[in-house]
Amino acid sequence: MQDKTHSSYKQLEQKSKYTNMFLRWFLYFVLVIFALYFIFPLYVMVVTSLKTMEEIRQGTLLTWPSGLNFDSWLVAWGGRGYGAGDTFLKPYFWNSIKMVVPAVFFSTFIGAMAGYVLTKWRFKGDKWVFLFLLFGCFIPYQAILLPMARTLGVLGISNSVIGLVLVHTVYGIPFTTLFFRNFYVSIPSELVKAARIDGAGFFKIFFKILLPVSTPIIVVTIIWQFTQIWNDFLFGSTFSFGEAAPIQVALNNMVLSSTSVKEYNVDMASAIIAGIPTLIVYVLAGKYFIRGLTSGAVKG
Amino acid sequence: MKTLRIEELSKNFGSTEVLRKINLEIDEGNFLVLLGPSGCGKSTLLNIIAGLETINEGNVHIDDYNVSKVEPKDRNIAMVFQSYALYPSMNVRENMIFGLKQAKVSKEKIEEQLEKVSKFLQVDALLERKPSQLSGGQRQRVAIGRALVREPRIFLFDEPLSNLDAKLRVEMRREIKKLHQQLKTTVVYVTHDQTEAMSLGTNIAIMNHGVIQQNDTPENIYNKPSNTFVADFIGSPSMNLIKGNLKESSNKVSFIAHGSNIEIPINGYDFKEKSNLDNKEVFLGIRPEHIFFKKSNEEDFEINLRADLSEYIGHEQIMTFNFENQEVLAKFPSTVKIDLSKNTKLFFDLTQISLFDAKTEERI
Repeated sequence: MQDKTHSSYKQLEQKSKYTNMFLRWFLYFVLVIFALYFIFPLYVMVVTSLKTMEEIRQGTLLTWPSGLNFDSWLVAWGGRGYGAGDTFLKPYFWNSIKMVVPAVFFSTFIGAMAGYVLTKWRFKGDKWVFLFLLFGCFIPYQAILLPMARTLGVLGISNSVIGLVLVHTVYGIPFTTLFFRNFYVSIPSELVKAARIDGAGFFKIFFKILLPVSTPIIVVTIIWQFTQIWNDFLFGSTFSFGEAAPIQVALNNMVLSSTSVKEYNVDMASAIIAGIPTLIVYVLAGKYFIRGLTSGAVKG
Repeated sequence: MKTLRIEELSKNFGSTEVLRKINLEIDEGNFLVLLGPSGCGKSTLLNIIAGLETINEGNVHIDDYNVSKVEPKDRNIAMVFQSYALYPSMNVRENMIFGLKQAKVSKEKIEEQLEKVSKFLQVDALLERKPSQLSGGQRQRVAIGRALVREPRIFLFDEPLSNLDAKLRVEMRREIKKLHQQLKTTVVYVTHDQTEAMSLGTNIAIMNHGVIQQNDTPENIYNKPSNTFVADFIGSPSMNLIKGNLKESSNKVSFIAHGSNIEIPINGYDFKEKSNLDNKEVFLGIRPEHIFFKKSNEEDFEINLRADLSEYIGHEQIMTFNFENQEVLAKFPSTVKIDLSKNTKLFFDLTQISLFDAKTEERI
């Protein structure tokens, strides 16, 4: 009797072993398929950007380039060197940097401050302020175009990088505030109480106690804001033109204003250049994307 | 001069009344425990003493000085929190001296204080560590240390032991008691744990629904609860409250439980007011540990009750008896053998009873 049970358990054990093995391989198979699917467009872009126009016309999308030919990258970045009508990314790239750095900084900082106030200090109407901020997250871009254009006009900063910084900062605040609010809610208010008894004021508590433990949420906010602002096309194309345009607008102009032939290799190189900074931010910031920096200091 | 005096203090959050006309005084060097179920307002009261909450009505005096509108940092108090609330980004040293640095105390004085306190609490080896690198007990010590270096007039503790495991909790409880014995600083201590309250407090204020039910020594709280709430809250299992009527004839008072014909004589009970006792509906309160299986003294009242249930908990057992359909619990050593569903002879120690008015639930 006992032997019988023993052998039947053996059988079951074998069976579950095979099932698990099959499921595991199936999982890898699916993952590989998805990975290929996602990498495919990037592959096409990189490969195409390295080909000459001749190669592009003769080969297929997937054909490997004959050699490492960075000519189209140089053209995309620095132009061909003849005067009028030569659009290239370099000046607009710096426009975008000049726009994105202050806009990310200000929106993150203001969001952190607002999140701190909304969670750690009670004031009359705080619920309403939060509700309106939440509402700000749901307002579509298009709805604020006209009033924003008017505002920029009145302030005298339309068609300038400063104007775009202002637009992106203002539009970003609801999101950044929400991020920081949700993060600070999880940090015990007892920390703030202890600091108040120790004699720290409003700003000291923020800078000395809360900000040092906010690294994870700061990183998340920076990634989010950087991606949003860098990739934005609508605000950029509405509130700026010509010299002051950010890179996404320039990219669009470049690709659409090609006179005779479509230079796919240059277009692809430009698109990659326009996307690289976001990639860098993900790679660099991802390292600091560590959770639980506060663990241990509070409830253990 | 009272170290802490609270007068007619009321507090509401919107329309919810959290504290109602609280009056409280503490003498220098005393250890006051605020005890009550969650939501009774004890933590709010502590926060008000600390100055972290505003007051709607009434005043708080520290050393006869009205501090009702004074900032927390200027009240000469220090507080230890349930979650320790150590600053996560600072090491132990920075945590402990943060307050002194804010108060612009001289460097030498800060170092002196830090050394004294860290040696005293045996955290001097941990000064360079971050809070996340400390065990629960060590964090608790550092939190107490941070309060100690300020040399406050009053220590405020907000459930400081609730986050520790059972064994460590008992150890830290003893340490806090020792600490108080050595330093003799005035303490206000909030807890919901009656054992903690009993063992630490020189005074216990039991709170419920924002009102202080009784403010007394631990002995009086245990022996002479002022109402049924206190009687029920203190003790484990809590006091038996047997409903019945009083009978007064020729100056002799006795108690008859509902549905029973047994007269339990009430001799030598210290009535607050000895009038209109006849036929009054009351609760007779007797603690499980004052019911015996053999005669303990001359005042013992012998009674036969049916045993319904036995709960074995190691060193003792809790027996449930049926007294005319009212449950009566008793605590016996676990060596005593009592048969269930049979009548057992019990002895009520009548010197230890309490009587409560059934309507007002107040002690009579």
